[in-house]
Amino acid sequence: MHMNSAPSVRDYARPGTLAAATELLAQGGWRVLAGGTDLYPGAGPGLPGRVLDLTGLPELSGIMEGRGLRIGAATTWAAIAGTKLPPAARALQQAARQVGGQQVQNAGTIGGNLCNASPAADGVPPLLALEAEVELVSAAGVRRLLLAEFLLGPRRTALRPGEILAAVLIPEAALCGGSAFVKLGARSHLVISIAMVAARVVLEGGRVTGAAIAVGSCSPVAVRLPTVEAALVGASVAGAEGRVTAAEVQAALSPIDDVRATAGYRRAAVVELVRRAVAEAVA
Amino acid sequence: MIRFSLNGAPVVVEAPPTERLSETLRERLGKVGTKVGCDAGDCGACTVLLDGAAVCACLTPALRVDGRVVTTVEGETPELTRLRAAFHAHGAAQCGICTPGMLLTAAELLARTPQPSAAEVETGLGGVLCRCTGYRSIIAAVVAAGQGELPSAAEGGVGVSVRRLDGAAKVAGDSFGADDWPEGALVVKAVRSPHPHAAFAIVDLAAFRARPGVAAVFTAADIPGRNAFSVIPPFADQPAIAASPARFRGECVALVAFEPDAEPDLSGFPITWTPLPVLSTPEEAEAGEPLHPNRPGNLLIEGRVVKGDAAAALARSAHVVEGTMTTAFVEHAYIEPEAGSAWMEGEMLAIRACTQAPGMDREDTAAILGLPLDRVRIIPSAVGGGFGSKLDISLQPLIGLVTLKTGRPSRMTYSRHESMTSTTKRHPAEMRGRIGCDADGRIMGMEFEGRFNTGAYSSWGPTVANRVPVHVSGPYFTPAIAARARAIHTHGPVSGAFRGFGVPQGALWQETMFDRLADKAGIDRLEFRLRNALCDGDASATGQVLQATGIHPCLVALKPHWTRALADAKGQGGRGVGVASCWYGCGNTALPNPSTIRIGLSPEGEVVLHQGATDIGQGSNTVIAQIAAEAVGLPLSAFWLIGPDTALTPDAGKTSASRQTYVTGRAAKAAAEGLRAEILRRANAGEGAVLSLEGASVLVRDRGMTARIDLAALPADAHGHALSAEASYDPPTSKLDENGQGAPYAVYGYGAQMVELEVDRALGTVRLLKITAAHDVGRAINPMLVQGQIEGGIAQGIGMALMEEYLPGRTENLHDYLIPTFGDVPPIESLIIEVPDPEGPFGAKGLGEHVLIPTAPAILNAIRHATGAEITRIPALPHRVLEALR
Repeated sequence: MHMNSAPSVRDYARPGTLAAATELLAQGGWRVLAGGTDLYPGAGPGLPGRVLDLTGLPELSGIMEGRGLRIGAATTWAAIAGTKLPPAARALQQAARQVGGQQVQNAGTIGGNLCNASPAADGVPPLLALEAEVELVSAAGVRRLLLAEFLLGPRRTALRPGEILAAVLIPEAALCGGSAFVKLGARSHLVISIAMVAARVVLEGGRVTGAAIAVGSCSPVAVRLPTVEAALVGASVAGAEGRVTAAEVQAALSPIDDVRATAGYRRAAVVELVRRAVAEAVA
Repeated sequence: MIRFSLNGAPVVVEAPPTERLSETLRERLGKVGTKVGCDAGDCGACTVLLDGAAVCACLTPALRVDGRVVTTVEGETPELTRLRAAFHAHGAAQCGICTPGMLLTAAELLARTPQPSAAEVETGLGGVLCRCTGYRSIIAAVVAAGQGELPSAAEGGVGVSVRRLDGAAKVAGDSFGADDWPEGALVVKAVRSPHPHAAFAIVDLAAFRARPGVAAVFTAADIPGRNAFSVIPPFADQPAIAASPARFRGECVALVAFEPDAEPDLSGFPITWTPLPVLSTPEEAEAGEPLHPNRPGNLLIEGRVVKGDAAAALARSAHVVEGTMTTAFVEHAYIEPEAGSAWMEGEMLAIRACTQAPGMDREDTAAILGLPLDRVRIIPSAVGGGFGSKLDISLQPLIGLVTLKTGRPSRMTYSRHESMTSTTKRHPAEMRGRIGCDADGRIMGMEFEGRFNTGAYSSWGPTVANRVPVHVSGPYFTPAIAARARAIHTHGPVSGAFRGFGVPQGALWQETMFDRLADKAGIDRLEFRLRNALCDGDASATGQVLQATGIHPCLVALKPHWTRALADAKGQGGRGVGVASCWYGCGNTALPNPSTIRIGLSPEGEVVLHQGATDIGQGSNTVIAQIAAEAVGLPLSAFWLIGPDTALTPDAGKTSASRQTYVTGRAAKAAAEGLRAEILRRANAGEGAVLSLEGASVLVRDRGMTARIDLAALPADAHGHALSAEASYDPPTSKLDENGQGAPYAVYGYGAQMVELEVDRALGTVRLLKITAAHDVGRAINPMLVQGQIEGGIAQGIGMALMEEYLPGRTENLHDYLIPTFGDVPPIESLIIEVPDPEGPFGAKGLGEHVLIPTAPAILNAIRHATGAEITRIPALPHRVLEALR
């Protein structure tokens, strides 16, 4: 059908530079679109309102290695999965291969995943374990926030009006160690997780010298488990998972009952998932 | 203006920039091969290639393809050509609705990985859902396309794995309900209840009617005929458009027809809602206000089967087990949401829509619209999966009303949400009872009581209530039985038909109880079943003396696999093996359900089969033609199929109750034999004559002589045929008496499945390793299609056992409501058993529903074997398994 009142070209912009994008955004009234995998579900034949499409911005695309990693916010999951990255980012790449199916991975972006701020966002635990920061750009300037500061709650972020999430930054110091991502769901593919864990573990001389562990789908925002991380330091490869205690894992989490599982189940299962993620990360 | 390359040709199209690409392709460019299943990226049906990368067209803004290259199923690439051939050869397209998305996703995979392994296919295609095939044939097809190896095309009649006659259309992007509509068709949208029970008032329609783009608005008051339907006419209770109150969430309360160029916007529709008390469970409903005044206690119906003295038999039993089983609403989740279009042909109202039952659609639609039967024509589109839900009318009377009242063509396509909320579900069941056996493990007696949540309206509730007590013994000799099943109304979604009519729920209870009873008696679980398996001459629970019983050979066929699997699992922590059986009566329960088939020879020398059995993916277009070809003695390649279409094909009944191969197959065999007899009579030839076609002539070779019948020289009959024959068949059954005694079915099919799995004891997750399925089909008319049914039924059984639970208001989409994906269906070994039934065509029995029944109980039995955990509520989600483990 051809809609009379459908949005016209003036309700849509696909700027070619970040400066042009932030200038438009500063005028207000725009809804930001990247891969579209979270905006389109629930919409009608098209998206309502004025839409600012970020996929034409070269600054937002691709992965740059320098001191650390800079991942453009509009980089797709398929691109992240298909790039050669250090073992510390293996968890992120494992997560990238489990965000929906190939179709969603080809379109969905890392920045969209963060801005959508779902408690079950697959990208968040691996990025928390990588000490990720986000770069927020507006006409007024650039600011950086730790990812943990950016995510405020379910569907809530620290993004201000006029700001664009331009890049995810991973500090060089976090790009060490091995990592693993473990996602638990009731089917093989296309599944929203019941719980998920990303673990990054640094070994020196066969002993754990540092660990970063993050859990998703068990609290309003995915969280790190600092006490569990601290307990791992000094452990041998074989002894690492044995240092993960149920009490320390569960203390940091506040899971809920939903259609996928009960809170009690999540509390129990996540302990096992942390152990498995740690074991895989040190393997 | 958006300019891009579409399938190699430049295209210019004007579209809103953020319009879904699926919408642009289908509505503006007429490329309806791209199917829409969910508009949310959950199903992958709309997958297209954008610069070679698979994307969901429903999630892609139209303007984003500007200057780029788009490939749809209408395109030709080397990968697509190979894949199409492989899908066709492997039976990888059943209903065909997921096929375009599968093909394009596989094309991307082949471009990246030219010779993928099975595991690579599973991962690469994991973003596309299929509800028919169980994925295994798709994996085989893509692997074969990579290897460049295809099985050779088979020709022949009965017993040959010929390729689907409609398969070429399926791999090209078939025409489903949403894919064809008359120019200028009004777009129809339904206003639906957001509450499970609510009074409502529609006021000031005049203002809404005056909105630009609104062509017409209709409410219950506009229904010209009887605003009450049911698949079983004496129970007619469901309005096409409800008058206040609405009795379930998703019920249609008004229709708006929009002009074709208008935005179909229902916001601001003038309706006010007053929520009313909700009866959610049968327990609440039995004590609550009746939904329908003539059904006190909200009891729709009770079915019962009583034979012998079950209580006394249990008292005499050496071993008795007692237990419960609870099941959930299950959604059919076909990938094609309901869709269709309507137009007037003179005085005739024509409706083209997805359906399993064109004859019933015609009767119900005519009654609702107050039309005589001969003023309604139903033309089934290709059907993108049905599984029972498309037996009930959905949009047929709605678009029919719009077209009848306005005189203009109309069309309607349900959203995924609308499809899930407003159509029928599998009945949730609460079952309990006892089974006893003697010291040798022979069943003595059974007591069973089941309460089924039938939802707001009758639909197939009576069938479920009657089928369950008849089948709940399983295919085992049970001398004494007292079984009853009640269907209780609630304010839940309407429970209707879903592959097995309640029998899968009953089998879950019975087969899991059998494992406990076998253990109590100290007998191997397969041996226990063999000891009790029905044999020829045994009387069933309804007192029917059975023939052609196939359960014994099915269980025997599993025996070597059972021994191997038990040995494999031994000592492996978490590994388990389970077995369960099924039996299922083919056709209506103790009610007539005739089929009629017409076959003719055209003056041009084609065999014309008027094939009214709706093919919803199961393969009746092919199977009925194979039966007819065999019976008439002419090659299948000479056949031309007409229909289904109520104006062109005699009534072959509904695609339901596993009846088409058997019942319509018998009619086809009789009609074809009639045509053959007429040919032989004209040629004065004997029974053994060999027929062939040569141009417009039939050649009849008999004892060295060849006679020629010149078809062009014969006068054409009313259907344009030179020669033709028509025949009907109705299964010989008898009514059930007040104790449920009688012969409700003329043919039963049997089966048994063995599941090997691994339970993760720490997480409660279940990994299926292999399923071995032995099914007695009497005679496999087309073994490839039999295997397709087995694999697809198993996939739905897996979903029912492990993940599927429809919760109104909570799992009304395909990401919260989970169905199996690639990777959830393990390798399946099909063992086709043939115990010919004298009543079936060439001995064939039905199969479609049987294949789902054993899977879920075999899974639960394997979980118990692996861990000792007894699951009494499905789906066995990880948290329930873990709880049962502790």
